[in-house]
Order: sequence, then C-alpha cells, then structure tokens
Amino acid sequence: MLQTKLRSLAPKNDVVSFLILAAILLVALPILFDIFRLNLIGKYLTFAFVALGLVLSWGLGGILSLGQGIFFGLGGYAMAMFLKLEASNPENTQIQSTPGIPDFMDWNQLTELPWFWEPFHSFGFTLFAIIALPALFAYIIGAAMFKRRVGGVYFAIITQAIAAILTILIIGQQGFTGGVNGITDLRTLHGWDIRTDSAKYILYFINVMLLLATLVAAQYIRKSKLGRLLVAMRDSEDRVRFSGYDVANFKIFIFCIAGIFSSIGGAMFTLQVGFMSPSLIGIVPSIEMVIFAAVGGNLSIFGAIYGALIVNWAKTILSESYPELWLFAMGAMFIAVVLAFPKGLAGIYESYVQPWVDKKLKAIQDKKAKK
Amino acid sequence: MKKTISSSRPGTTRRTLLKGLAALPAAMILATSSYAADVNTTGLSVTDDTVTVGILHSATGTMAISETGSIQAEKLAIEQINASGGVLGRQIKYIQEDGASDWPTFAEKAKKLLVQDKVAAIMGCWTSASRKAVLPVMEQYNGMLFYPTFYEGLEQSPNVIYTGQEATQQILKGIDWAKETKGAKKFFLLGSDYIWPRTSNKIARKHIEKLGLKVVGEEYYPLGHTQFNSVINKIKLKRPDVIFTTVVGGSNVAFYKQLNAAGIDLTKEKPLVLTLSVTEDEILGIGGENVEGLYASMKYFQSLPNDNNTAFVKAFKKRWGDDIVIGDVTQAAYLGPWLWKAAVEKAGSFDVDKIRKTLPGIELTTAPEGYVKVHPNHHLWSKSRIGHAKKDGQFKVVYESKELIEPNPFPKGYQ
Repeated sequence: MLQTKLRSLAPKNDVVSFLILAAILLVALPILFDIFRLNLIGKYLTFAFVALGLVLSWGLGGILSLGQGIFFGLGGYAMAMFLKLEASNPENTQIQSTPGIPDFMDWNQLTELPWFWEPFHSFGFTLFAIIALPALFAYIIGAAMFKRRVGGVYFAIITQAIAAILTILIIGQQGFTGGVNGITDLRTLHGWDIRTDSAKYILYFINVMLLLATLVAAQYIRKSKLGRLLVAMRDSEDRVRFSGYDVANFKIFIFCIAGIFSSIGGAMFTLQVGFMSPSLIGIVPSIEMVIFAAVGGNLSIFGAIYGALIVNWAKTILSESYPELWLFAMGAMFIAVVLAFPKGLAGIYESYVQPWVDKKLKAIQDKKAKK
Repeated sequence: MKKTISSSRPGTTRRTLLKGLAALPAAMILATSSYAADVNTTGLSVTDDTVTVGILHSATGTMAISETGSIQAEKLAIEQINASGGVLGRQIKYIQEDGASDWPTFAEKAKKLLVQDKVAAIMGCWTSASRKAVLPVMEQYNGMLFYPTFYEGLEQSPNVIYTGQEATQQILKGIDWAKETKGAKKFFLLGSDYIWPRTSNKIARKHIEKLGLKVVGEEYYPLGHTQFNSVINKIKLKRPDVIFTTVVGGSNVAFYKQLNAAGIDLTKEKPLVLTLSVTEDEILGIGGENVEGLYASMKYFQSLPNDNNTAFVKAFKKRWGDDIVIGDVTQAAYLGPWLWKAAVEKAGSFDVDKIRKTLPGIELTTAPEGYVKVHPNHHLWSKSRIGHAKKDGQFKVVYESKELIEPNPFPKGYQ
C-alpha cells in the first residue's frame, strides 16, 4: 500500500532526474566553479524558486501571473529589513543625525524607526513574515480575483499592474523603504558575516537544500489529487465546477503556494547578493521570471530549475563578452525558444533525448535477453 | 575554474620571471620600469608591460544614454595615457562590463572585475543607486572606484574617488550668484523624487534661509513623470524669482516644453530657471530652442574657454565624431584614469592601499575644467560655474568662482 503510494508519488524517471539535479547542484557545480561563480549560480537559483512556483500555478493550474516579482520582493525586503536593522547599530551609524536607524532614513530626515520596521528586529518574526506575508498577499489578490471568476489574460494584466504599483510605492516612500537605491550594505546575520567566502559557500548549500525541498513539495502537489484537479481545471474549468468542486479555492491555494516559493527565493537572494532593490519587483523582472519557466518548459518542475540556471548563465556570459550587444542575443534566444520549442527545454528532452535513451536502453535489454 | 586558478599560479610566476629576465636589459636602460612583483604586491592584474582596469557603466537600458559619454571619456583618457607611455611603463588594458541600468547587475559585475579579473581600478557607476550597490563590494575586496557623477554627498568611502561635485560645491555658489547678480529673493524648489534632489534641496533651502531669502515652494515628482502643468500653475501663483530644479532624465523634456507652453519664456528670466541637472547631453534630448535662457550650475561646460579644454574637445570629437557633445559628467569621467595614473606613479605601485595614501593631494593641471586637486576626503577641489544656455545647445559661461571650492560631503548646519 505504502509502496504503491510512494511509487505513484515518485515515478522512477523523476527519482533519477532528482538525483541527477541534486548531484549537479551539490557536487558538480561546487567542484567546477570558484566561489565567485558559485555565488552567482546561487543567485540564479533563487529565481528557480519563482520558476517552480510558476510551473505549479501556470503550467499546472493555467494561472499566468506576470507579477511574481511582488512575492520575490516581499521575501527579499523582509530579509533585507532584518539585516539592515542589524547593520545599523548605533556604533556603525555614529555620523548620522539620528544614530541607530538605517542610513537612508537619516538621509530622508526621519528621526525614529517607523512602526512596521520594529518587528523585523526579530529573526523569528522575519522568517515567519517571509512565509506569511506573500501567502496573505496572494490570498487577498487571489480571493479578490478568482471568487469573481477573473482569470486568463485579465488576471495576468492585474498582477502586472500590482507589480508596477508596488514598485512605485517603494520608490516613492524612500524614507521608509530606501527608494530606488533599495536596501544596501547588509553585513551580518546574528553576528555572522554573510560577505565572507565561507559564508557564501554555506549560503549556497542552504539555498540548494531549500530548493530541493521546494522541488519535493512541488512534486508532491503535482502528483496529489490536488494536482490532478488543477490540470482538470486548467483544461475544463466548468466541468470541474459542475462536478461540485469550489474552483476558486483551489486556484487561490496554488497561487499562494507559488507566492511562498517566490518569497523564499527572494529572501535567499538578499542573503547571497547582499542587497534588495525595487528593480527586482517591477514588470520587467516579473516577466523575466515567466521567461525562465517558459524556457525550461512550463510543465516541468525540473525544466524550471534548468531554465532559470541557463537563462541567467547566458545573461552573465553574453553580457561579459558583448557589453553593448548582449540584449539582442538574449532576445533572439527567447524568440527562438518560443517559436521552435513551445514546451521549452523539457519539451526538447521529452521529444528527442528521452526516446533516444529509451531506445538505447531497450537495445541493451534486448541484447541481454538474447544471450 | 577553481582548478585553473590554483594550477595557473606557479605558471604565472615562472612566466613573470622569464619575462622579467627578458626585460632586464630594457630595465637597465629605462630606470622607470620595474618588476611586476615590486609594483603589485596584492595580486592585481599587472604584468611587466600591461595593467588592467575595469570600466563599469550601463551600455544598455534607460541609463545608457547618460552613461555612454562617460564610457567614451574613460576610453579616450586611457588611449591618451597609453600613447604617452602608459602608467609606470605599462600599457593600460581595460575590461568593459555592462551594468545594464540594473543595480544588482552593477554589484555582480563589480565583483567580477575585482575578484576574477583582478583589475587595478574601476572607472564607473553613474546613478547613486548603482554606486550604493557597488560600494560594499569595493570595500570588501578593497578596490578603487573612480565615480564621475555630481551627487548628493553624505558619503566618503576609502575605496571611492568622487570626481564629480558633491552637492554643496554645486549649490551654494549658484544661489549666491542668483542673489548677488540677479537680485533673487524668492525660490521655488522642484525635483525628481529620489535621494539626490531631496538632499540637494535640503542644502539649498538651508542656504537660502541663511541668506535671509525665502523658499516659496518645494515639490517632488516621480522619476519619469511627464505632467508638470499643475506645478507650473503653482509656480505662476507663487511668483518666485528663481525656479531651482533638480528634475532628471526624460522628465526634463516634458518640463521645459510645458514651461514654454505655459508662457514662461526662459530668456525673460521671470522667473529665471536655475538647474543642477541639465548638461549639454540632456539638451540634445530636450532641444536647444526649449531651454534657451536656462542657467545651469556645475563645474564644467563644453564651451569653457581654456587651452586644456580646447585640446580635450578636439581630441574627443576626433575620437567619437563631430556632432558629439560633452557634458559635466563626461569631463569628470575623463579625469578618473588621469588621477589614477598620477597616484600610481607617485606611489610607485599599483597597490590600492598605497595609492589611497598618495591620492589626497594629487593635482591635475591638464584637466579640461582647469585645475583640480584631490581632497583628503576623496572628493575634488573644483570651481563653481554658471552657464547660460544658447539656442544651439551650448552654454555660455557667465560666472566662475574665483577660488576652488572645498568639497564638503558632510556639511555641518545643512543636515
């Protein structure tokens, strides 16, 4: 009983893919690259959290959100606020008019810490907020939209508008948020210097472990009854509704999950990169996040991770080699992928690599059988 | 990658040694050249005949239009230094990276330049946001950044040389000038909504009030804002003598066109408009006919009448084309490589810790803006100037401070 359940949850192919991915992330990449490149890979992988969430909500549930940057930002800012408060102790901020508050507040003539910053003195609260804030926010958006049966393109546009609004809000309220500069110069986590090489190694591995855990959670959802219902909803929403299911609640749930995944990614981004800024929240980065999922294949949880890795890697390498032309190359790549491989990398794998591997395996088995 | 770095180490030293031996006869003749190991004890990218620096600006994205001038100026300076024999007998090579108008990318690329390319210095950044993103990286890996933009001050890093003016240098003399020459009494402060305009106006307001004059309004609009009609109405109502503006970027196009449409003729100077943020570069976008009569307070104008500048403008046009214009920041960016060269040669070393000691006091008599000198607080002594915009997009210099203005990034009594 238990065994069959396990098998249905994790088919052999998926287990193999999972082990390969774990081996690449945990063993191969750390051996192949120095800490500078590894830290960059860690940064790329924070976007894989978002792409994973998108595979669930978009690929599985058919809910295209063009505002995942909102949740990435919520997690990122929550973590950044905690780290900034720790970096702004009275000794470090002596030269300010009001020592002990973050530097950008002082530049904006604030003389005391705003009330909503206070709870972020606590690391426990910060971790709680990284999960709870996006869940709450996604619930509000989801409930407002899905209960009214707003979906498809309209939902995508609204999420995009919310991403734009949040960016404008953060930039406009610079005394409270750091404005367009973002929250910069983050140093320590409970006295542990996050800028050193050894800290970067540790953060990389924490990041990968969290990502693999998220992947397992995503797989669980995908294979559960809920996952099958989501697919059914995507393909024929009315039938599911007439069968007696409350479609809106399932949509809200999966949208919240996608938001939480993104938020965890955002928090890990802040830790590894050392700052957070509104340029990661707005429309452009949010669409980029959809591109990661699209390039990887919006139906494949593994594809999402490889997509985020490869697109970001290409971005870095191309911009290093052709600082003035790289954007054209990136654009060409996206167009090519969407036109030629609508199912993304996962599609290429499924239609070319997998059959080839199966054929070879079968040939070997046949040979054995003959002997 | 990790592997190649560790295994290449013995190789490089051997190669350096061989090259060093080969260069021995030359070294005996030219007393100036010295072994790479002597002038570089911290593992920077320095060989016996080359040294590598980084250029880090936005070549793509919204800031590219502003930062391209800086890139061109830095490349020109490097080429000129190379043509005149290089630095400590070494030719400068540069690695250009694109910050893509995106602050996290700036941080990533700065780190790449320092950690992987081991550049001896970085010429770069433009917006305050990009500098703030890069700053922790510079301090952690002990790099040296030459930052060209006029900015809000309130910063003084051991790892940055600020070759543009900080806010007090740009503002105080401008306001004094408006009071003394134009008899201005009432000021209206207008800016884009971010840290530089806010800090600048804070300093301006304190100074205006100190002079016994009046601020009749202070307004901010988001970056990229294009509807200035309501504020123009407000200005008409308050009747200031001076509109003091720190509106940046594309908003300027809308602002000046709407000013004209509202019947405020800049050439009549009622009120007169004094800006900190419109250089020759911006006028290209706004159109000369829209800003004719505008006053700008900064340290450099392309039309500056001195021999250094004539030569600089000529060389710049020869290198980058005849129809190019040169703004304040472009000139400041041009100073970066030259200041670095002077500091390196005074220190006899590329080590960042050593040039940090020699940088204060470094002077350039060949600067296009005239004479500049590095202050111990890492900013430059420079003159304040007022330019009067002409229809052809150039400024006529109508005022120049007699003395160099001391940089004062943390102005007491203005905070």
